[in-house]
Amino acid sequence: MKGPLVAVGRQFGNLTLLVAACFAVGPIALLVMNAFKPHVEIVGDPIAFPHHFYPHNFVAAWTEGHFATGLVNSLLLCGTTVLIVVAAAAMAAYPLARSQSRIWRIVALYFLCSVTVPIQLFLFPLYFVFAKFGLLGNVFATAVILAAINLPLSIFLLRTYIMTIPAELDDAAVLDGAAPFQVFWHVIFPLMRPGLATVAAIVCLAVWNEYLITSTFQQGEKNFTMTLGYLAMNGSISDDQGLLMAGGLIVIVPILLVFLGTRRFIIDGMTTGAVKG
Amino acid sequence: MNARPHPTMDAAVKPSRRLLSPGVSRHLTYGLFALPAIVLTGAITLVPGMLTLAASLTDWDGVSMPTWAGGANFHDLFADVAFWRAIFNNVQWTVLFLTLPMAGALLIASLLRTRTRIQALYQVVLLLPYVLSPIVNVIIWSNIVFDPVGGLVGYINHHLFPLADPLAQPSAALYAVAAIDMWHFWGYLAVIFLGAIRQVPEEQLEAARLDGAGAWQMFRFVTLPNITPTIGLMAVMVTIFSFLTFDYVYLATSGGPGFSTLVLSVLAYNSAFTSLAVGRAAAVAVVMGLFGVLASVAYTRLTWSGAR
Repeated sequence: MKGPLVAVGRQFGNLTLLVAACFAVGPIALLVMNAFKPHVEIVGDPIAFPHHFYPHNFVAAWTEGHFATGLVNSLLLCGTTVLIVVAAAAMAAYPLARSQSRIWRIVALYFLCSVTVPIQLFLFPLYFVFAKFGLLGNVFATAVILAAINLPLSIFLLRTYIMTIPAELDDAAVLDGAAPFQVFWHVIFPLMRPGLATVAAIVCLAVWNEYLITSTFQQGEKNFTMTLGYLAMNGSISDDQGLLMAGGLIVIVPILLVFLGTRRFIIDGMTTGAVKG
Repeated sequence: MNARPHPTMDAAVKPSRRLLSPGVSRHLTYGLFALPAIVLTGAITLVPGMLTLAASLTDWDGVSMPTWAGGANFHDLFADVAFWRAIFNNVQWTVLFLTLPMAGALLIASLLRTRTRIQALYQVVLLLPYVLSPIVNVIIWSNIVFDPVGGLVGYINHHLFPLADPLAQPSAALYAVAAIDMWHFWGYLAVIFLGAIRQVPEEQLEAARLDGAGAWQMFRFVTLPNITPTIGLMAVMVTIFSFLTFDYVYLATSGGPGFSTLVLSVLAYNSAFTSLAVGRAAAVAVVMGLFGVLASVAYTRLTWSGAR
């Protein structure tokens, strides 16, 4: 009696999973399909497959969205932020993982506090100070802000990675006469490379997609990132769906490649923080 | 201060070790290690955060010198309909996010538990919306899904039954924006829950199965108690983020039509950059920060009493 019931239940579960996958991918599939159709065809039937290959949308979207400039700015912003976060977080995570004294518990609390501060709470003074010093639109200055926002969680993530490295390795190096910095550089740093890759990938995604800080501080067309260029394009040519969909595809392809290439690290990093092992 | 160099140490390479004891030198180095992160965090978030606290008690347009206003910003805020509407919308947002994505993610994660071969594929599929930019997600949805002419809604309206653009209707706009954000977010929850479910001890599940437990009973009495800490953590995260939510609302509707999708963050942003009332914006930001603190305290209480 139980056999067929279980089989039906399992099929029902499969169906539910299929529906969930379609829900997740559906809008992205619509974007991809319609990116290859001219506007009139989309308005006629948005859920039809493209009849023929129509690459014109991509050529027009590339210039309309100023994606050449955007790509350079996005890469500079991502690269600078990742470098700052990885360097500063790796170094700060080491004492937090290894020292038991009360000072470091306070330091951990300090970083924890800054996570719960809403961006709006520090955005306004920061904006007016940056404006005063002419730093608005400066990719590197904006990268410093994004780095500070991404630092605390990166530190906590790297701390858990360092804690999996046996402290005996440190002790052995110290016995061999290594100074604390040498222990870090020659023993810990090489062993925490998977953690560093995870942090780099997660921060890269976060910066590429960030909206509030980037749009507030990277004003002016020549300072736009790819996503901001796309947003501006949405405002100026909202009457051509084909162009908009092609622009969207251009913006998401680089980040999807990064995600697919580093998915192991990213998923690992996400679950490390939230799931107690 | 008793320097005891190790016999194998080469004094010529590390002369500083002779001046300081190993313990002191270690603490100094540790301090230097953490210094860049401490300075960066302080300079970008904590110090400006305190400045905002101060600014909330002033009249400030962001350019000229702020003048002392006392509690006037808060007083005005509490008398403003828009402010209470924003709080109500944030609460609705929180309730929506604590129910639909949580339930959906739990369902999908527990369905994936026994289907080990497709877990890796589903992790990628479910995370696809999560790794895309809010700008792209909002433009996809407002154009190809909600658009009354060239979108899915237009298609349904034309071929199936009457349907209007939900983003343009005061009664539906908040749910429509939340739908976009939930679509983007729920896969993350599912991946986290799957990670937690995979760590549920196999023996416990096996024992329950031998006792004749069905799928629901195994979920209810074995899986669920095991992943409660993760669910709790996610619930707090969702609550905090719901009171900070900005991107999707601002991009999709900027708070409109009317005040129908106005949330605290959008109210703060518009006050500062549209009305140049930075003191007032700061007051809203302080209220937002308070909700964050409340949620954190609630969580600490919850986990402490749960652990006893």
